[in-house]
Amino acid sequence: MSAARRPRTPQLVIGGLALAIALAPLLLGSFSVSLLNDIGIGSLVALGLVLLTGVGGATSFGQAAFVGIAAYATAWLTTTQGLSPWLGLLFALLLTGVSALLIGMLTLRLGGHFLPLSTIAWGLSIAMLFGNVEALGRHNGLSNVPALTLGSWSLADPRAIYYLIWVIVGLAFLFSHNLLRSRPGRAIRSLRGGATLLASVGADAYRVRLSLFVTAALFAAFAGWLYAHMNRFVSPSPFDVRASIEYLLMAVAGGLGQLVGALVGAAVVLMLKNGLQDVLPMLTKNAGQLEAVAFAALFILLLHFARGGLMGFVRRWAPGLLAPAVPDAAPSAVPPLPRRQLPTPGTPILSVQGAVKRFGGLVAVNEVSFDVNAGEIVGLIGPNGAGKSTMFNLLTCTAAMTAGRVQFLGRDITGLPQREVARLGLARTFQHVKLRPQMSLLDNVALGAHARTRAGLLKAGLGLDAAEERQIFQEAQRQLARIGLADRAFELAGSLPLGTQRILEIARALAADPVLLVLDEPAAGLRRKEKQALGELLRKLRDEGVTILIVEHDMDFVMKLVDRLVVMNFGAKLVEGAPAAVRADARVQAAYLGGTA
Amino acid sequence: MTAMLEIGDLHVSYGQVDAVRGVTLDLQPRQIVSVIGPNGAGKTTLLAAAMGLLPSKGVLRFEGEDLHGLDVEARVERGLCLVPEKRELFGELSVLDNLQLGAYSKRLRSAALKQRLDSVYARFPRLAERRVQRADTLSGGERQMLAVGRALMAAPRLLMLDEPSLGLAPLIVRDILAIVRALRDDGVSILLVEQNARAALETSDLGYVLETGEIALSGASEQLASDPRVQATYLGGGTDHDD
Amino acid sequence: MTWDVALILGIDGLANGAVYLLAGLGLVLIFSVTRVVFVPFGDIAAFAALTLAAFETGRVPPTIAMVGALAVVAVAVEVTSLSRRGEFARIPKAVLQWGALPAVPCLLAWLAAQPGVPAAVQVAVSVLLVVPLAPLLARIVFQPIADASVLVLLIVSLALHFLLSGLGLLFFGPEGSRTQPLATGTLMLGEGFPVSGQIILMVASAIVLSGLFFLVFERTVVGKALRATAVNRVGARLVGIRPARTALLAYGCASLLAGLIGVLIAPVTTMYYDSGFIIGLKAFVAAIIGGLVSYPMTALGALAVGVVESFASFWSGALKDVIVFSLLIPVLMLRSFLSAHAEEDEEEVDQ
Repeated sequence: MSAARRPRTPQLVIGGLALAIALAPLLLGSFSVSLLNDIGIGSLVALGLVLLTGVGGATSFGQAAFVGIAAYATAWLTTTQGLSPWLGLLFALLLTGVSALLIGMLTLRLGGHFLPLSTIAWGLSIAMLFGNVEALGRHNGLSNVPALTLGSWSLADPRAIYYLIWVIVGLAFLFSHNLLRSRPGRAIRSLRGGATLLASVGADAYRVRLSLFVTAALFAAFAGWLYAHMNRFVSPSPFDVRASIEYLLMAVAGGLGQLVGALVGAAVVLMLKNGLQDVLPMLTKNAGQLEAVAFAALFILLLHFARGGLMGFVRRWAPGLLAPAVPDAAPSAVPPLPRRQLPTPGTPILSVQGAVKRFGGLVAVNEVSFDVNAGEIVGLIGPNGAGKSTMFNLLTCTAAMTAGRVQFLGRDITGLPQREVARLGLARTFQHVKLRPQMSLLDNVALGAHARTRAGLLKAGLGLDAAEERQIFQEAQRQLARIGLADRAFELAGSLPLGTQRILEIARALAADPVLLVLDEPAAGLRRKEKQALGELLRKLRDEGVTILIVEHDMDFVMKLVDRLVVMNFGAKLVEGAPAAVRADARVQAAYLGGTA
Repeated sequence: MTAMLEIGDLHVSYGQVDAVRGVTLDLQPRQIVSVIGPNGAGKTTLLAAAMGLLPSKGVLRFEGEDLHGLDVEARVERGLCLVPEKRELFGELSVLDNLQLGAYSKRLRSAALKQRLDSVYARFPRLAERRVQRADTLSGGERQMLAVGRALMAAPRLLMLDEPSLGLAPLIVRDILAIVRALRDDGVSILLVEQNARAALETSDLGYVLETGEIALSGASEQLASDPRVQATYLGGGTDHDD
Repeated sequence: MTWDVALILGIDGLANGAVYLLAGLGLVLIFSVTRVVFVPFGDIAAFAALTLAAFETGRVPPTIAMVGALAVVAVAVEVTSLSRRGEFARIPKAVLQWGALPAVPCLLAWLAAQPGVPAAVQVAVSVLLVVPLAPLLARIVFQPIADASVLVLLIVSLALHFLLSGLGLLFFGPEGSRTQPLATGTLMLGEGFPVSGQIILMVASAIVLSGLFFLVFERTVVGKALRATAVNRVGARLVGIRPARTALLAYGCASLLAGLIGVLIAPVTTMYYDSGFIIGLKAFVAAIIGGLVSYPMTALGALAVGVVESFASFWSGALKDVIVFSLLIPVLMLRSFLSAHAEEDEEEVDQ
């Protein structure tokens, strides 16, 4: 089955849009051009929100504060210090970036709903600060902010600054587009999958989130700078929590799932605002008050009935328009990524020594020791409540051991963070599959190779990581071929049945070039045929030299697959040995079938 | 006589998984029926669907009444109670409060409430000792007793128990199952879901063996207890059946 | 800063803290049962204050129209949802519950606006009139999305605040007002140190109401059912407690608290249609100090916020709010470190 050809429609749409944007000032009146300027500036902030909240899953109620920091920074520099607005840009970016970095370092480790609550906190504080500092003109703000000049051209006229705004918007979208398709982009798109997922491929969720946060703030900074030099006046009110909510509304209304949603949302919200300002005075003399009510009501209705925003509708009715890009021809071969030296078969790779895990008074794992040697498949089994899952978490360093040691490739890894262990060559899968359903199979597998390359956010956004990306995708294709899914590389992972998803996760783990593959109940919930396929795959991998440790409770599956079994019960190791011997052991039978004292 | 609980060709799925596929099961009044099977067989899902915590398709009748239109709370009011695998106690509340809330659906007057409390304390003397303690300070066995006691406060006609032996020492398991038998003698029908096959079959009248969402075996518990196919279900090398 | 000044500031701070305490309790109550951070709490308090002000100037409070309008919408929403499920038999009861019940305080309020009604009655009615507000809003805005994530509920809550704020402006107008003190006279503390009766009333009310709160939660079945729902929703369902009903009860109690707060602060501060926001936010800081779960910690937090605010305003009147909100960040950090939270998979963006 050949890969589908990518539809040409998106490219036409984008081209048409670009043309329309370029011609607009020549065809429209001043009022419309000003509106388009506002839309452009708004879409920059909304774009940051789409990245931060839509893709990265971190809601921010404080983006307007960043816009304000930049606007005030450049306004202050150009009015009180009399410097050039272009220096104002640098100053604004610097100040906003540093603020975002500090705020992010303080708050981004906050879990659950505490993070968005903290954004309200600093969003409010900063907004209030603007109105209360003497040097920033308090509630009167700063006026007579100079217009931008490019050489001898003044950009004071709305039609002139229009082009600068939209060029910046275009570049911002291009940067974001490049970013999301790159190595850091895959990490960002996996933030919603949880910190454990990212740790399992060697990434630090906190750092990914921090860089995303600063990026979104810098987009807002550009918006703030443009705002200051377009309106030539800054005051506190456009940067309060209400404005932040309006930006959030733009992102949600357009559709948090798509970059272009930022543009659509900004346009819809601002045109609606304009429209209301025209229509409401005709209906009632209380137009000013009603506007806020109408807006809030619309936002609430949106969240009730259309949380995916406008682009959510497009996705439902014209999915082809937004499908991930599929290349027309197979890319040419590039040198493969460097591979690890696998240890000689028979040498111990993993050594668990006296592992103990206590939860308060409960001992979940009680002095368990066992080894895994290179080139074998070892099964860790036991009835429900035996402590297998806890043991699994201990040896992958997902949970901390109360006592005992784990050695991996001769190194003591006890107490190391999970992501470091992943980087050393221990790859794992999850009992509840952690794939990114909206990413393609290829992208999901490519995520596994995260630790094998180094391109950062800036390099990726600027498109300078092309060579590395080709290597990563070649590797991902290789792994997909290994598990038999090569011809479905561009399908969305969410469309796969559970058994295939489990296998895809194994491909992702293999993309990390691991020394040891640790599988967490891979057969759970699978049908008979799917289990057969899984078993065959694992045997094939073992024959290719991959060492596998499999935690399972499905005895049937495990008996026919492994070289050696370790049986746990009530947190302790019960028995260890070849499958047949273990099955016949009376203690094992008692453990599984139960009984009373 | 109308079956206490009638389950016919029941299908329950959540997310991607078809956890229960065409299960048929009958429970007569004053019977103890056990559903056994290895981990992941769908036993908990089956009970959750019977209680209304999960949507299901198929026949689901309690004392002849179709359960599909009734929410969880309505089922409790009709005399169907579940002691879930995770117990779901009100950890911050005292033992007494937990028990009192157990009778919430019956809106009892204080005399009747006290009577019921006394009968629960009689069955579980340890709970009486600890009545003012917070539920989350109890040991595993005591929590299980509290969970059962709380369900009994609603005087259910059918009590469903999800893995009552989970995490408990064998002696305590024996005590709990003795109480299960005593309950049946007092007129409560019991649906017992267990991974501990031997203990469950010793306690029940009828047994059903669930494997990957389907009934693999069923029959009188005494006969199942000595059936080698049950062992195979748990330890592998069992009957090859098609999906 | 002399001891005298510090004492005055401290007492002032405690009085404000008393108000934040009550508001904080209401916020935690709602959050623990419904996972909603009920931002509009402050707006409801402001409406109670403005209602009392309307009574005192001899006008019929515009709040009646607001409650009436919301009741109409709630009935419409409830009838639609019952019809969709085919449960037509429950419609009459629903109309009664959502339409007739809120009409009672409206009627009382209209009667209380007549000349010659004693002030005490007007105060009581002001509180009663805002009690239906939170449950009505919950039915219309939160119940349909009760299973959404905490974040979506938070966004909706914030949007709802702006909606109410706008409605406030529409119904009450932009002017501020201050009502007559509820308690006159002063108490002498030590030598020559007066404390106004109003402040004593605020502190006393906080003590009495917290005590009542505690009693209800510890001694009554209804209170325990509320706690149970907050502690374990599944467990509550399994004993027959319907979460939707307990949620409405929680909202109703919160409304009541908001109403009481409103009439308590109305004589002390000039209240505008949007004064509620700032009060709600500071109560919110207190609730965060309590981790959105612990009532005692919330109470302590509220008193701390009140006192910090008082001293901060002495140091810099303009920046006092900035200081209070900036304090939220270290508090959040501490909270997050203290509460080990299980990692949750965040939901995919709804399509």
